[in-house]
Amino acid sequence: MIAQLIFIIILGVAIYFFGKNVSKIRRNILLGKDTDRNDRPALRWKVMAKIALGQTKMVKRPVAAVMHFFIYIGFIIINLEVLEIMIDGVFGSHRIFAHPLGGLYGFLIGGFEVLAVLVLTACIVFLCRRNVVHLKRFTGAEMTQWPKSDANYILITEILLMTAFLTMNAADYKLQLLHFGHYVTAGSFPVSSLLAPLLPGSASALVITERVCWWFHIVGILCFLNYLPYSKHFHILLAFPNTYYSNLNPKGKFTNMASVTNEVKAMLDPSFVPENTGEPARFGAKDVTDLTWKNLMEAYTCTECGRCTSVCPANITGKLLSPRKIMMDTRDRITEIGNNIDKHGKDFQDDKALLDNYITREELWACTSCNACVEACPVNINPLEIITEMRRYIVMEESQAPASLNNMFGNVENNGAPWKYSQADRFNWADE
Amino acid sequence: MSEIKIPTMAEMAAQGKEPEILFWVGCAGSFDERARKITRDICKILQHVGISYAVLGTEENCTGDPAKRAGNEFLFQMQAMMNIQVLDGYNIKKIVTGCPHCFNTIKNEYPGLGGNYEVIHHTQLIQGLINDGKLKAEGGESFKGKRITYHDPCYLGRGNDVYEAPRAALEILDTELVEMKRCKSNGLCCGAGGAQMFKEPEPGKKDINIERIADVIEAKAQVVAAACPFCMTMLTDGVKNQDKEQEIKVLDIAEITVRANGL
Repeated sequence: MIAQLIFIIILGVAIYFFGKNVSKIRRNILLGKDTDRNDRPALRWKVMAKIALGQTKMVKRPVAAVMHFFIYIGFIIINLEVLEIMIDGVFGSHRIFAHPLGGLYGFLIGGFEVLAVLVLTACIVFLCRRNVVHLKRFTGAEMTQWPKSDANYILITEILLMTAFLTMNAADYKLQLLHFGHYVTAGSFPVSSLLAPLLPGSASALVITERVCWWFHIVGILCFLNYLPYSKHFHILLAFPNTYYSNLNPKGKFTNMASVTNEVKAMLDPSFVPENTGEPARFGAKDVTDLTWKNLMEAYTCTECGRCTSVCPANITGKLLSPRKIMMDTRDRITEIGNNIDKHGKDFQDDKALLDNYITREELWACTSCNACVEACPVNINPLEIITEMRRYIVMEESQAPASLNNMFGNVENNGAPWKYSQADRFNWADE
Repeated sequence: MSEIKIPTMAEMAAQGKEPEILFWVGCAGSFDERARKITRDICKILQHVGISYAVLGTEENCTGDPAKRAGNEFLFQMQAMMNIQVLDGYNIKKIVTGCPHCFNTIKNEYPGLGGNYEVIHHTQLIQGLINDGKLKAEGGESFKGKRITYHDPCYLGRGNDVYEAPRAALEILDTELVEMKRCKSNGLCCGAGGAQMFKEPEPGKKDINIERIADVIEAKAQVVAAACPFCMTMLTDGVKNQDKEQEIKVLDIAEITVRANGL
């Protein structure tokens, strides 16, 4: 009875804090500007099913794809087991699904165990890739202390959780063989039964092992749940809405800024009266709150896998730009703004911004807008949109474009071509 | 190219005629020496198959693409709205471009400003003509036995998912079409897009076109086919930089088509 009470309290506290942190992230995302991503719902569901659920963009890197698939499928399916643990924890029962499911239960437990082994394998391979092989993709200037250790914490936690799960089953299996107490014969234990010989023989020691692992497993999961909002691992939740709200237009299509359209129309036609759009907006983005909520959602979805950076032509040739860093900076900055709001109220202004404090101009001007990063992202994140918005701010609000680009602007404006040729010579090619 | 007369929209309009298609030449196609050859080749193809077409000539203006990618939305929209006025003034419905940047901008970004046209890239035009049997790759230069590779321009490939049309133009040649290790949606940028053409690159280990030429060399290609005037400049410079001018030729899909058909 006391165990049940403790379990319910832990569960309640875990859910409360998780809910609180998720709602903070939601609030932070909604600090972004509005953009309409609700058209063509049927297509959006399809994109989500293909890319988030079906993992179709992962396959370009087969090793990572297979390993990630093990963890992903393991995570989803082992949740059925977690459901049983929750129910057992609240009602003080033991393996409550065993009786009603009968033979199917054994099949399920067997499946979970196989998945647990696959998850373990994948986590070990992933740890090796990061810490032994030192894959280039996982290094890079932005992969500093926290992003590096975050990845390792996640993998080690998963290994511990799976080990606890298998050890728990092994102890349970042994107790079943002893026909001890409420440990009725249930489930098949294809993997953990192999571990059983390693465990002590006495029933009391087995009960302790089983209980310790049970508590470690479920409390570990609840702790991990609360770690998610602080970690890149949050992608397991946001990958779904993020792909649902994907950009459905051709990648080459950039947004046309409506505020500019009004001004240009007024310039070309003095009688034009623009619709009143409320407060005058800033052109482009200086800080994260000038970006759209979708840009910010993408920042929280980013897994820092570096596929974007590894295909970026600027990055490949040694320039400062890394699309992954653009996303990580955006997340760090919006989190900072969120923390400021929590501490000092919603009108608090620090004197920082995404531009210059996080992202340098050199990074922004190195982009060729080739869309390789957008194509490479397994969850449809678009770093290019953020880069473009920041260029817009630099050019239209600050007039701080590089001199050579200002020359180009001048030529386009005066001669109708980016080079310094006369408009009258434009048709000379026909006479050659 | 004295043998053909390039029709302009203004002349057509004066005669009360409306051509089937407008050939949007673009700034590079009008002023860049190398690209002008490609422009004339596209005209030769149009002439050869008897499509009624015209160009805007001195009435054409920059689409605003480099301004937009560099962040100058004002300048882009000014250009776009002026161009839309001219295009609508001639009641233009269908446009072919020789440049993926013009293609992308007019096709994707002009509709939001009121300019709605059916826009195709010249490689799509060529693919259509091959499918209709109007271009056969006969009677001209033989590319037999040559190793040809195709460099995907970002704004045609990833930007608009046009991967097959340019390849179709190469597949009918009797050649060995080889793909570079980075091709199609994995293609590597030439380094000129996003207004990079008009500025010095940021400091780094090397230039992007040099990185790209390494792929061409690795594929052992004798011809690298381009479909964008900016890629043409960058690839040509890259080949020169590596002293491979004798071994590797950079040719646009339109040039290859013209040569193969003896136009």
